[in-house]
Amino acid sequence: MALETARMTEQLELFGCIQCGKCTGGCPVARKTDLNIRALIYHMLIDPDMDVDAHQELWDCTACFTCVERCPKDVQPAELVIALRGELVESGRIPETVGTALMSIFRQGNPSSMARQDRNLWAEGVEDSLERAKDAAQAGCDLLYFVGCIPSYDQRVQPVARALMRVFEKVELDVGALGTEESCCGNEVRRMGEVGLFEMLAEENAELFRGVGAPQMVTTSPHCFNTFKNEYGLDEVETLHYTQLLARLIEEGRLTFDGNVASEDGEKKLVTYHDPCFLGKQNKVFDEPRALLEAIPGVELVEMDRNRERSLCCEGGGGRMWVEGTNLEERLAFQRVEEAADTGAEILAVACPFCLLTLEDAVKVRGLDEKLRVMDIMELVDLALDEGSEE
Amino acid sequence: MDRRATRRKPAALVIGAGIAGIQAALDIADAGFLVYLVDCEPSIGGRMAQLDKTFPTLDCSSCILTPKMVDASQHPNIELMTYSEVTSVERQGDGFQVRVRQKPRYVDVERCRGCGDCAEACRMKGRIVSDFDEGIANRSAIYVPFPQAVPLKYTVDPDACLYLTRGTCGKSFKCKDACPVNAIDFDQEEVMVDLDVSTVIVATGFDLIDPKTKPEYGYGVYPEVMTGIEFERLSDASGPTKGEVLVNGKKPHDVVFIKCVGSRDSHTGVPYCSRVCCMYTAKHAHLVRDKVPDANITVFYMDVRAFGKGYEEFYDRVKRERVTYRRGEPSEVYKHGDKLVVLAEDTTLGKPVEVEADLVVLATAVVPREDIGSVADLLGLERSSDGFFQEADAKLRPVDTNVEDVFVAGCCQSPKDIPDTVSQAKAAASSALRVLVRAREALSSKVRS
Repeated sequence: MALETARMTEQLELFGCIQCGKCTGGCPVARKTDLNIRALIYHMLIDPDMDVDAHQELWDCTACFTCVERCPKDVQPAELVIALRGELVESGRIPETVGTALMSIFRQGNPSSMARQDRNLWAEGVEDSLERAKDAAQAGCDLLYFVGCIPSYDQRVQPVARALMRVFEKVELDVGALGTEESCCGNEVRRMGEVGLFEMLAEENAELFRGVGAPQMVTTSPHCFNTFKNEYGLDEVETLHYTQLLARLIEEGRLTFDGNVASEDGEKKLVTYHDPCFLGKQNKVFDEPRALLEAIPGVELVEMDRNRERSLCCEGGGGRMWVEGTNLEERLAFQRVEEAADTGAEILAVACPFCLLTLEDAVKVRGLDEKLRVMDIMELVDLALDEGSEE
Repeated sequence: MDRRATRRKPAALVIGAGIAGIQAALDIADAGFLVYLVDCEPSIGGRMAQLDKTFPTLDCSSCILTPKMVDASQHPNIELMTYSEVTSVERQGDGFQVRVRQKPRYVDVERCRGCGDCAEACRMKGRIVSDFDEGIANRSAIYVPFPQAVPLKYTVDPDACLYLTRGTCGKSFKCKDACPVNAIDFDQEEVMVDLDVSTVIVATGFDLIDPKTKPEYGYGVYPEVMTGIEFERLSDASGPTKGEVLVNGKKPHDVVFIKCVGSRDSHTGVPYCSRVCCMYTAKHAHLVRDKVPDANITVFYMDVRAFGKGYEEFYDRVKRERVTYRRGEPSEVYKHGDKLVVLAEDTTLGKPVEVEADLVVLATAVVPREDIGSVADLLGLERSSDGFFQEADAKLRPVDTNVEDVFVAGCCQSPKDIPDTVSQAKAAASSALRVLVRAREALSSKVRS
């Protein structure tokens, strides 16, 4: 144990920490729980034998990586959380829900305890497109669409994937998909500390992707996007989040809108945009989602005070979809939807399945549903895609 | 082409007329040698002219600088070449042949008396952002950067003047009509001047990092977030607000200072400590206390480096003036209602804190000047990994460079405060004087033989 943590200290260069506190200062959950990553680093340095079990607040981290982005010394504080979670995972001292999610991923390729053979359920209404895409993946295609677990199984998110499929058809992209062969990307698996499972998933998925051989890959979720782009070593593949792909298609004049999301009297819809951590902070994709939103006829974009690099995490990442954390009462999503409502926007647009779920839930709990609607950008795209497709 | 004939007296070239260049020029000139003091700005004075007070003694910066500026301009051995740029330096024999481009001011400096009637009359009056005032005030297209400018001669800004940018300025030139001595001359052209010198001192100064490289602090988003140098202009009694510290027209009640913005930071490529921020932030806190007696003043810091003579004592004094030092580097600034909120961890408490502010002042990193690369190329100077000019040896040859007879002084070599800058300028002058004395001896032995 002492040996392990001593090695961790070296590997993570914790000795480079100057204890400035910028990590904890910017940590969105430090304000509401006992998680203090700056103090944890210090404890690791002076007491490598510390009892990791006593730090249940490790499960509060959302892996938003604000600490990593802001650390002036490249220490990567969040990686310590991940490493310490790894110790807990290794010895089986983990919340039951985490265990269930990890086991489901291992057995069924998704964290939601759903059957692998049901992975295509999302494609209801676009079955033909999916069949064609599966054939294209076999035959070789220009672009591989990675649907992701939540968009595949969660009824609230499935329309996002379907909308994306309709855009591919409309623009006549040579797109492939993996169908039931698709497995969890492992992004949250790694962040929950289950390195072994992550490595297995990454290896198997990468082999699958190489088999398809598409030069480009596009994802629904910024989480899948992040791990493919930064952790899979897929140097030969250009990985895009869908907002990047669609912004590019619009710029090239290939994607156009025949419809409109404005109200019947022609009044534009006021929309605010929430930057997902894995797209914005961690991968600096700030402009494309905005360009995409602004290209949708009938959308007027209005910014929240905290946007781009200062966007507030929704608290759904880093495995937090499967762990409640130590403070359920003050959810960051509550604060975030209040901020969105303050802009006067009637739509809070997101570009991430987790953000969609956490923020929509918060809107309901806070009684803001009369005022504010949470929508994925793809749902707005879908509404404006064809003439008369409006609500 | 203007050619200054090689004089009987050996000469030195000093590039940059901030406090380092002025001090070096004065020392060399006092020793009896000729100095060409070149600066690209319309006035000498450099960064020090922008400062309000100076730490740790709280002397008014311009009160101690202006006499030196005047001395430099009146010294019989100093030839000021303002609004000028060195365009080439060639080794020639034991010395250098230097070409200087004097940019056209479009004002005849022999005639201009500095009355300012032209600027009053200019159609662009109050519409051009003043660089000297760091954007907190506007000026005319014809201007002096600040009232104590040396020389006190007006200059037409070629990027702002309607006539120079569009070819027309109404029916008649407002500035020309207003000038009582007929000094304005739009036919003026640049003049190339060749100089022969034995030695060169490079004292080109520094820039400050763009605070937008740290987007978490909201600079450029919130007008209430400003840089330290902007605060200097705001606080300066002879500045645009006559020294009143006003934010959105009101005196700030809660003031937060953030140190090390961009410094000691691997993300910005500034691994070093900028050395002056700890002390000028203490000075700023003192100035706020002076001007807003009931203000809540908080300084967030990672470390306090009060290493110079009288510095720790100054820091002690400022703290006792009811300035709260909280340890922790803030992570973010956002807005809540009318107030800014500074997010930080108070590491002494071990707790995240949210501190409200009406004014946030960022102590931004000292960085090499944008044009340091071209100056380096001009002279063949090496630069260290931090981007500043590389001294020949950090300990034992601190003002020498890789080029013989070329010396460095001031913040172009590394960030430093005024006392260190003046010391280094004097060291560079002393090194240059050795070259000049040798040159004089060579000259006289040639005459004798």
